Amino acid sequence: MAAIRLEGVAKTYPGGHVAVRDIDLAIDDGECLVLVGPSGCGKSTLLRLIAGLETPTAGRMLIGGSDVTLLPPQARDLAMVFQSYALYPHMSVRENLAYGLKVRRVDRATASVRVAEVAEALGITDVLDRRPAALSGGQRQRVALGRAMVRQPRAFLLDEPLSNLDPALRAQARAELRRLHGRLAATIVYVTHDQEEAMTLGGRVAVMRTGAIEQVAPPLEVYTTPANTFVARFIGAPPMNLLPAALVGVGAPPGAVAGIRPQDVALGAADGLRATVELVEPRGHDHLVHLRLDAVGAPPVLATIAAAAVPLVGAGTFVTIPHARLHVFDGATGFRLA
Amino acid sequence: MTSIGARTAIIAGVVLLSALVFPLYWMIAASVTPESRLFESPSLLPRPLSFEHYRALFAERDFLIPVRNSLVVASMTTVVTVPIAALCAYAVARLRFRGRGVLLALMLAVSMFPQISIVPPLYLMLRELNLLDTFPGLVLPYVTFSAPLAVWLLTAFFRQLSPELEEAAMLDGASRVRALWDVVLPLAAPGVATAAILTFLYCWNEFLFALSFTLGPDRYTVPVAVTLFRGRYQVPWGQVLAATVVATVPVALLVLTCQRRIIAGLTAGASKG
Repeated sequence: MAAIRLEGVAKTYPGGHVAVRDIDLAIDDGECLVLVGPSGCGKSTLLRLIAGLETPTAGRMLIGGSDVTLLPPQARDLAMVFQSYALYPHMSVRENLAYGLKVRRVDRATASVRVAEVAEALGITDVLDRRPAALSGGQRQRVALGRAMVRQPRAFLLDEPLSNLDPALRAQARAELRRLHGRLAATIVYVTHDQEEAMTLGGRVAVMRTGAIEQVAPPLEVYTTPANTFVARFIGAPPMNLLPAALVGVGAPPGAVAGIRPQDVALGAADGLRATVELVEPRGHDHLVHLRLDAVGAPPVLATIAAAAVPLVGAGTFVTIPHARLHVFDGATGFRLA
Repeated sequence: MTSIGARTAIIAGVVLLSALVFPLYWMIAASVTPESRLFESPSLLPRPLSFEHYRALFAERDFLIPVRNSLVVASMTTVVTVPIAALCAYAVARLRFRGRGVLLALMLAVSMFPQISIVPPLYLMLRELNLLDTFPGLVLPYVTFSAPLAVWLLTAFFRQLSPELEEAAMLDGASRVRALWDVVLPLAAPGVATAAILTFLYCWNEFLFALSFTLGPDRYTVPVAVTLFRGRYQVPWGQVLAATVVATVPVALLVLTCQRRIIAGLTAGASKG
């Protein structure tokens, strides 16, 4: 396993589209870093740059201390799991797993032992002689993972590997990936657009927007102290409420924005802001309440409220925003102030 | 569709099929009719059956030589064309380079070129190269004319395949050429087969170059040999028809056995963008 360093890496396409801009990032040996962001933010391009499938237009990349910026993918000794899995349809699962070893001229006996070990670890021994088309989605995902593991590469690159699984299977696969990372102590770069996946998997999370990294930090830190309004709204579901600071009554420079997570909003206390309930969405363990503040020009506010205390749609209520839970951002730049 | 509509469609199909198949049937029937009865009032079933034309074809005319020539030339062309076309098509389908569209258009233009217009220059070139009346003297021009079609066909095929498969192979450690060999070509096998069959058929049927660049019976291909059957005072129609049957049957068998693949190949890229 090896550490990965990106220094000023950028990618501009011939048409002028900037996919990735000036990224500096150090991924430690054995770390699992999650790249997360909305679609089109450049996270997949960044992963493909690390893989060598795209050539950067600026900057350099180091893997294990050596410069790989201009090396083709086959010379980088990385393994990648694609969103589509990209299993070779004309080969059996066994041949799929062994292909990387065959290309690297590992002798057959060693290769078949490695394939058997990996198949055992992933529980796909029964399907080794089937073609990918005859596998379920979950099995295909394991084969794709197995193909990456069998070679013991310097790092794993995973491009939304769980997005084609149904929710139950996804949660299970996510837990397995975590265990696997613990066992292999592998360097992993993981791309997802799902903030929940990012929170649960990452040793660190890098939140991306329009080709740039907005914040890199451990998941809880990104959640508790988001660096700007974009990260604040992207991480955490439902998204954080952003209100003019003056409305909330917090001491802040003029034009500042106050953020409060829906979980921290309380209803009912008579000293709060007057509001009307617009919509109530039951979510099982709690309800998501959409509120319209009576103050002129105030944006809608979301609150998650325990099932026992849910107000009726159309009813008037009071919204209490605990100042201890507030995040304050600069109104113009969106950067965190407090 | 209403039942009247369905019936009309079936009738139209039968009429069209008969129009296409009847000349073939007539060719086979006439090839086994004795010479003396060829121009009598025609009957649908030839009687008595006579194989004298076939006997004459192989015993007197040595028709096996043009058949062999055609087979050699068509096979050689196919073996040369398909690998070149596959590499070229892969580059056009996958690599980003300047002038890719122009390249494809130029190739198409080459295959649209009226053949007759380049016979004289080609003749002079082949004479300089001492390739007149040789197999390579036919194979080279055939490659230039059949490769564009093969490139277009294979480009459409390669574009259908997900680039992620090659990327996966490259991350597994394969070079681009190795990925092409291990992953792309096996998956594009129907397209490769179609390109090979169409190239073979083109050479098998080609007449003008074969007539212009061969000088004697030793190198005549089937179409040329059949054309030159006619003597000064008569045309041996029976033998001409027998020769046509001999020339058609292997091709018809080839196409019938591979028709599914050919259809898949020709419509590649037509649906599912």
